Amino acid sequence: MKILIIGGGMGGTILANNLARRLGSEIKAGKVNLTMLSASEKHFYQPGLLYLAVGQMMPDELYRDQASLLEPGIEFHVDPVTEFHLDDNEVKTQSDRTFSYDVLVVATGSRPNMEEIPGLAENAEMFYTEEGALKMLKSLREFEGGRVVVCVGVPHKCPMAPLEITFMMHDFFKERGILDKVELYYTYPIGRIHSLENVAKWATPEFDQLGIKYETFFNMKEVDGENKMLRSEEGSEVEYDLLITIPSHKGMEVVESQGLGKDGWVPIDRLRLNMEGRDNVFAIGDTTNLPISKAGSTAHFEAEALGENIASMVKIGQPVRDYDGKVFCFIEAGKDRATYASFDYLHPPDPKPPTRAVHWFKVAYNQLYWASARGLL
Amino acid sequence: MAEKMLIDARGSFCPGPLMELIAKLKSGEVGDEFEVLSSDKGSAKDIPEWVDKAGHEIVESREDKGVWHITVRKKR
Repeated sequence: MKILIIGGGMGGTILANNLARRLGSEIKAGKVNLTMLSASEKHFYQPGLLYLAVGQMMPDELYRDQASLLEPGIEFHVDPVTEFHLDDNEVKTQSDRTFSYDVLVVATGSRPNMEEIPGLAENAEMFYTEEGALKMLKSLREFEGGRVVVCVGVPHKCPMAPLEITFMMHDFFKERGILDKVELYYTYPIGRIHSLENVAKWATPEFDQLGIKYETFFNMKEVDGENKMLRSEEGSEVEYDLLITIPSHKGMEVVESQGLGKDGWVPIDRLRLNMEGRDNVFAIGDTTNLPISKAGSTAHFEAEALGENIASMVKIGQPVRDYDGKVFCFIEAGKDRATYASFDYLHPPDPKPPTRAVHWFKVAYNQLYWASARGLL
Repeated sequence: MAEKMLIDARGSFCPGPLMELIAKLKSGEVGDEFEVLSSDKGSAKDIPEWVDKAGHEIVESREDKGVWHITVRKKR
């Protein structure tokens, strides 16, 4: 059996390592071939970008050689897919090679879509790329005071990011000694300051206590850079001196252009994770159209469920479990306090007040991640 | 030609049914309809509230066996 994983991010890597261990004897015996195709020889720890933007991590902490994270038995190629031929069970790659498969997993992730809003790319700072995070750090360090507006597109990667960057900027400016010259103004697309009701209930009094202003039902329409004005679809407008955005995201271009899913999101079954209409094609992580958080932990838990099922299909011809929608998100509440939200399809989260202990656990996880990617944690 | 799309947001606590609707609606055409399935009773209040503010239209809102079916038409 040929198992082909497209994408060397968190989901693809955890899945590949999970399968390599579960199917070790089958791989050694030549009964199973496990191959990963990635666009990069480097593995990128994307959650670290938030810390890069406020000077708490350095770029070299965010990368490892992808090959060094993979179990023996995984055939790894840096060769991005350019064409999907699902009816023929094969893909074509940039190097003009063809890879056939019996089971295909698409884990190609998502990308920020700054172009969606006129004027956004030219006038706003964002931290979803290394270049963007470093540029934002420079802007935050050079900022001398005024109104900092946070604006949020949908869908976006990491649902806690809007709150986290706002809390972290608060503490960043406090440490710089210019907080009294800064007005933090947070906007959010729906009628509360976070999509999770219990998170909003916790964060709203925190914002009030810290003097962070907010406007809800605010969906970006356009940025007028000349007049430093942000306008919303709902008809309001707000002036800014520094504009920080959590941009909307799309799936990867090849997924969209090859017709696997609108806006690059692959439509899948929420329990089995297989692509609609295909029993041997799966998607995990940001790549899916599931109505759940685009977050590393989602990719992680989906990869574990799918790994168990693909291995059981090899061994006994059928899957053994469903993905239950599990997500776990840390929430940084400043430079030295954090809390977390844990939930699934049936159980909403109930975040506790932030503590230093949870913050330090998150800081530790930023290093432990490499063990997590190897499937050891 | 206007289309009708289904947004199955049952069990979606985050980003939630309304965020799913906003994301899908913006890439639709004027006249398209979006039927949101939500297991969150709050959707029956917050979706119409946003739809009103954003200038779209509620076509139907009903509950069936604990699932809210809210159909929205994109107006602009």
